[in-house]
Amino acid sequence: MSTEQAILILVSIVIAATPLAFAAFGELVTERAGVLNLGVEGMMLLGAVIGFAVAKDSGSLAFGFFCGMLGGMAMALIFAVLTQHLQTNQVATGLALTLFGAGLSAFIGKSYVGMSLTGLAPISIPYLSDIPILGPLLFHYDLVVYGSFGLLIALIWFFKSSRWGLIVRAVGESPTSAHAIGYPVIRIRYLAILFGGAMSGIAGAYLSLAITPMWVEGMTSGRGWIALALVVFATWKPLRVMVGAYLFGGVTVMQFYGQGMGIHVSSQILSMLPYIVTIVVLVLISRNPRTILLNQPMSLGQSFYPRS
Amino acid sequence: MPRLERRAQPSRLMMFASPLIAAVLMLITGYILFSLMGKDPIHAFWVFFIKPLTTSYGVSEWLLKSTPLILCGVGLAIGFRARVFNIGAEGQFTMGAVAAGGVALYFYNTDAIWVLPLMMLAGVLGGMAWAAIPAFLRTRFNTNEILVTLMLVYVAQLFLGYLVQGPWRDPEGFNFPQSKMFTEAETIPVLIAGFRVNWSFIVALVLVVVSWFFTYKMFAGFRMEVSGQAPSAARYAGFSEKRNVWLALLISGGLAGFAGMAEVAGPIGQLQPTISPGYGFAAIIVAYVGRLHPLGVLLASLLLSLLYLGGDTAQMDLNLPSAITGLFQGLLLFYLLAADIFIHYRLKPDSNGSRPRLTPPPEPQGDIT
Repeated sequence: MSTEQAILILVSIVIAATPLAFAAFGELVTERAGVLNLGVEGMMLLGAVIGFAVAKDSGSLAFGFFCGMLGGMAMALIFAVLTQHLQTNQVATGLALTLFGAGLSAFIGKSYVGMSLTGLAPISIPYLSDIPILGPLLFHYDLVVYGSFGLLIALIWFFKSSRWGLIVRAVGESPTSAHAIGYPVIRIRYLAILFGGAMSGIAGAYLSLAITPMWVEGMTSGRGWIALALVVFATWKPLRVMVGAYLFGGVTVMQFYGQGMGIHVSSQILSMLPYIVTIVVLVLISRNPRTILLNQPMSLGQSFYPRS
Repeated sequence: MPRLERRAQPSRLMMFASPLIAAVLMLITGYILFSLMGKDPIHAFWVFFIKPLTTSYGVSEWLLKSTPLILCGVGLAIGFRARVFNIGAEGQFTMGAVAAGGVALYFYNTDAIWVLPLMMLAGVLGGMAWAAIPAFLRTRFNTNEILVTLMLVYVAQLFLGYLVQGPWRDPEGFNFPQSKMFTEAETIPVLIAGFRVNWSFIVALVLVVVSWFFTYKMFAGFRMEVSGQAPSAARYAGFSEKRNVWLALLISGGLAGFAGMAEVAGPIGQLQPTISPGYGFAAIIVAYVGRLHPLGVLLASLLLSLLYLGGDTAQMDLNLPSAITGLFQGLLLFYLLAADIFIHYRLKPDSNGSRPRLTPPPEPQGDIT
């Protein structure tokens, strides 16, 4: 394999990993606040369809991303109202969000099927991107890719060193205690859910505006669920989420380059890889119940009712 | 300003009223939506919900499309009662179809009477085998069945795609990705000549009764119910959690597999890349809207099957996207979850004028909705 080919493959791993990282970072924050939102796939789909529709109609990719983010947040808001105010079960509501997102995005996107636009272009960082090999490998990406690393650093700092990060963790570990000290548990959970929606929206918009700049019904094809699995795999730690996202990015890319690399298997069989790897990874991490118990936010998935 | 107050006892009336409230709210949203899209809402409603049932062919299609929903929904309801969340019925449906299709293609020209029963058996076993994977991983490795069942949906669909494009493609099919058409001996006989609804609908009705008997009259069903409603009581009574997980997944997987078999050996008549418009996912909504009760599942299946039909007629008559069906399905589940709050709470006029508040309900142990 030539150097150019290797660089090409590595770059496409980065591109494939970015939406997974965004969606998983969002869900990470939501889950750290004690809320399990299984609707990532639905929020991503809405981000993808709204992002594409707005970018197509307005001609502005940035505005498309912004509206895609708002679309994900709007979905998250439904989830927040139902689970935080109406105390509905989080598993059922998350499933409903995914099913609703699939229906709503197909409905909105009907008239955009078959259209395409010029996708998000990479930015070459002056001078640095001219370095041989390292230049194209590290300094020739679009803003969202760089943004994912900014987000990673911000999240590590947020949970390790910031006061607000500690509060979110307290809410996730023991909402009763957090409430007793006087923290607005419901409001914090609202914000965490909305943040999750925003990140899923961006992740979805990245699919329809950067990776394959078009709208296809159900185009997330399970990436939202893989992001959910990533959070478990990462034992709720931001850096491991990033590592996991790149691992899955690699697996996803394998299916496109597999045949070129001399693996003579049908494309459908290769496409199964990300899903099978997800299962294998889940098995490995949950094999020991204590790993999960020690790392999972204590109140994950449970409703909280302020008693006063 | 009225405020929410906890009921001393969960309201049985609301248990049954809330699916109806949800359906009415869905219709109101539909009214607004149709108006916004510039269609006469009354006419659109007529096209969507009444017109499909004005012909006997339409009624036959209605029952035909409700069959996979009933089969998958009944199985999922049994699992959900025990809090085993199999959300991959779509994948088990696909694998049931694959297994049955494999039998049909292997014994292609046998033309024997036992081929069809063998296909049914293969369908059930195919679905069961696919559901056995999450059951094994959950009981042996503690792996979350929600994510595993869902991932396996994609794997199953890709596998079917691989088969019909590769080894099982019809050599005389002009390169279309589909298998040979099944012979008459490999197709489920229709109930009435000229209509597509077939005997699998009758089987589905029988299975509704069987699942009612299992849930309410058999000890195994009781054990699963207790594990769902009060896991610690179930452990104390010595009910095996592993057995429940296996039972829940095998039953729901087997039924979904049978539904898949009935679809390819019925209206479709061959294997092709897409064999379901999301029946396995819609069955999740069916199970909840049907209150996890077999009879409720039957009624909810008829409603959702009508939504599928209505989506098709609305597309033809009103030029509305048929995706509106999925939108209505999702809305229905949301409204149901919201309306369910009145099972545990009631509205009480409040003289203080304070904002609505929630007082804690009893710990929600069992009921998931």
